[in-house]
Amino acid sequence: MEFFHKVTRFPFMHTRKVWYGLSAVLIVGSLVLVAARGLNLGIDFTGGIVVETYFPTAPNIDRLRAALAGAKIADAQVQQFGSARDILVRLPPDGNVKGGEIGTRILDLFRPIESGVTLRSTEVVGPQVGEELFIKGAWALAATLVLIMVYVLVRFTPKLALGAIFAVLHDPICVLGFFAISRMTFDLTAISAILAVIGYSLNDTVIVFDRVRERARSARRLPVAQVIDESINQTLSRTLMTKLVTLLVVLALLIFGGQTLHSFSAALVIGIVAGTYSSIYISAAIALDMGLRTDDLLERRIAKPEEVDGLP
Amino acid sequence: MTAYPRWKIALVAIVMLAGILLASPNLFGEQSALQLAKDQSAVVDADRVAVEKLLASKGVPVAGSFLEHGRLTLRFPTAADRAKARAVISAGMPNEYTIALASASRVPTWMRDLGLTPVKLGLDLRGGVYLVYQVDVQAAVKQELERYDQDFRASLRNAHVPYDDVRVDYPDNRVVVIFRDAASFAKGRDAIENDNRTVNFGETTVGKLPALQLTLTPQQIQQRETYAVQQNIVILRNRLNSPELAVSEPQVAQQGADQIAIQLPGLQNSAEVKKILGKTATLEFHMVDETDNPFEAAQTGQIPLGTKLYYTRHKRPVLLKRDIVVTGDQLTDASFQPNTQEGPAVSVSLDSRGAEKMLRNTEENIGHMMAVVFIDRSSEKNAAGVQVVRKKEEVINEATIRGVFSNNFQITGINPIEGRELALLLRAGGLAAPLSEIEERAIGPSLGQDNIDKGIHAMVFGTLAAFVFMAVYYKWFGVIADVVLAANVVLLTALLSLVGAALTLPGIAAVVLTVGMAVDANILIYERIREELRAGVSPRTAISAGFERAFSAIFDSNVTAAIAGVVLWLFGSGAVRGFAVVLVLGIATSMFTSLMGSRALVHIVFGGRRKIERLPI
Repeated sequence: MEFFHKVTRFPFMHTRKVWYGLSAVLIVGSLVLVAARGLNLGIDFTGGIVVETYFPTAPNIDRLRAALAGAKIADAQVQQFGSARDILVRLPPDGNVKGGEIGTRILDLFRPIESGVTLRSTEVVGPQVGEELFIKGAWALAATLVLIMVYVLVRFTPKLALGAIFAVLHDPICVLGFFAISRMTFDLTAISAILAVIGYSLNDTVIVFDRVRERARSARRLPVAQVIDESINQTLSRTLMTKLVTLLVVLALLIFGGQTLHSFSAALVIGIVAGTYSSIYISAAIALDMGLRTDDLLERRIAKPEEVDGLP
Repeated sequence: MTAYPRWKIALVAIVMLAGILLASPNLFGEQSALQLAKDQSAVVDADRVAVEKLLASKGVPVAGSFLEHGRLTLRFPTAADRAKARAVISAGMPNEYTIALASASRVPTWMRDLGLTPVKLGLDLRGGVYLVYQVDVQAAVKQELERYDQDFRASLRNAHVPYDDVRVDYPDNRVVVIFRDAASFAKGRDAIENDNRTVNFGETTVGKLPALQLTLTPQQIQQRETYAVQQNIVILRNRLNSPELAVSEPQVAQQGADQIAIQLPGLQNSAEVKKILGKTATLEFHMVDETDNPFEAAQTGQIPLGTKLYYTRHKRPVLLKRDIVVTGDQLTDASFQPNTQEGPAVSVSLDSRGAEKMLRNTEENIGHMMAVVFIDRSSEKNAAGVQVVRKKEEVINEATIRGVFSNNFQITGINPIEGRELALLLRAGGLAAPLSEIEERAIGPSLGQDNIDKGIHAMVFGTLAAFVFMAVYYKWFGVIADVVLAANVVLLTALLSLVGAALTLPGIAAVVLTVGMAVDANILIYERIREELRAGVSPRTAISAGFERAFSAIFDSNVTAAIAGVVLWLFGSGAVRGFAVVLVLGIATSMFTSLMGSRALVHIVFGGRRKIERLPI
């Protein structure tokens, strides 16, 4: 079986203004959404208490809320978690509440409503931890971006690196926009997903660039726009195939992985789609507009990995 | 096709065999188990035989057993058998063992002896409690300053130098000794410097009085803080491993500069453990001031020089001399004695320094009274939300010294529960700084099982989808890719078992993603081979060109993903780190399998043929 029996000839570079427009809308839209609506931060970042309970039959949430209010547990959010029988109680941070105690206390309040209720998990995160994890997460993102930029700069030309960097920034911003619009909980696993997205997105871009470099060497006479177009078209089959398989796999995580992995897998789905788009339409186009010439790609021949590293 | 070197094929074969061997313990699954530990000594093989004999006599089936770290682990076919066994052991061998519930792998003994163990499961998969404590390092520095304060007073007293006051100036991290005149300043300085040769002193004035000051340097402060955190880790480990607590496989690790993360797999109720963990209890021995009236001192607030007012647990005031005879740090062992002539007691042993001090003190003070002070520091938030250290000091026992003793004696005047706890705490050592709990995550066993089921479902369906897709799209080459993917999962499992990294739910997600990455590498190679074929190259050349030309793309793309993984590993904690570990290891195995493994397999399948007309790709 083969979807792309012949090499396609899509004029990606010719139409790039259109894709720039689309990307601008996506990025600006995402940033505005994040600024206006904010992210629904999980207790990893805000600090607080989350108690997860399981009911053999779906309970009436209003009765649960009333039970908590009656016991003077203020500001308790009660919500379903995955199914109607999984009930999550979320409380704001409180310096002196101890995890084991609040869990059993809530269980005692719920028991008169449904005797079979069980405690699934209790999480208590102090406010200072939340702040710390947030800062650590931000540092991790920044460090990844910087290191990847350095790597691309070393392996490719500065102009291509700029294109790659733009693509790398483009995708996590789209993921953030998705979190803002869906109100999905943004927690530590979401940060890991974003880092994985950065890795994946760059992966595609690097493969396109790798081909551009190779192609530029074999066809020196061709205008660089045509080299880029041909390279993207030649790698299109591979790009779409791998992303299809990865999406299949991530969809399995989304469907079967349960609530814990839900925001993680959703972030990956969005990130993979955005990453595929940006590496096909945006990254090389930016390098072209930065004034990329065939010569830029030739002078780095010495650094070719085949000549440095041994072959497998 | 260019010949693929034999040694590379051999290397692939050896790695795969090792991988299969290392991964194989994971096939056995887990069973309910009990862990038995003894109070004082390690459990030995004779004990194992005795316990198994007892269980057999009561008709409780045992699936297997092994000794590790001085503990006996017994496996049972069902959780009900385990409950029965627990009842039988505690009834048949009362007080001999402390029993903890655990789960153990069904791995046969010969594999265990070879060090082959299954992948450890993270807390989110097996259930348990995760705790993070903040170490109050500032309190540790303050304690250090207070210790200097005490030492300086002692030096001046011994040298008979008059002084106005000794003060701890905490925010500036200094101790100031104020003298009344220049003459006593000079003498006092000599006395103090003589006793504290390793620190440097400065001169200053307080009001108009000359003063000597000791300021801790930033390095000294940092040293003290680091010491406090590391000491606390050791102490927490000792406490968790003490048989009184019956916790199986606790893990204690430093997190960041001043935090300690603890994992307690399988634990359901954290209350009892937390009560012990946060305790900073220690003891101090002081001589009782028998000349002044403690009631009068308590009423008027006029405390005689060189003494301090304490209360007993019955709120009776006692005046004790400030000089400490021996502190809890100098204890080497403590054990609880439930039935002595004077009721429950803790017998303690002192180290040589403590023993010498105790010997001298008892020699000099026969017929006088000595008191035991119980000190418990706890760190908590006050109404304003500021972390404060509360220090509770109580005289638990006063007794007349009847004879000379040094390194072994008993402390009485406590109830049985306190006695047991005190013995545990004294034996494990005192915390170097108070702890406060800042994070707790408790996962119930049912949620853990649920997470395992979901993780496995996701893994099976995800991998299956990738397998089917590859076989359909790339025909026989796709099947080769599938074999390579399976090999990748085996190698990854082997590495995880070998490294001992815990597998978490995000870790399973990383396994699934790794499958995606490995597919990616294979697709890169096969698309390249197809391209070469389209360009009209012969099948043999197409294969080697495909592998060779895809190399740089695979290498570059994996490096970028690995960068993200390593950063996560460094910055992440808990679940995130679980994801990062698997991601990084997975990148390594997927590079190996798709570049070397896949090539070797293609060589074995197609390399032997003289002529290939068409490639099934």
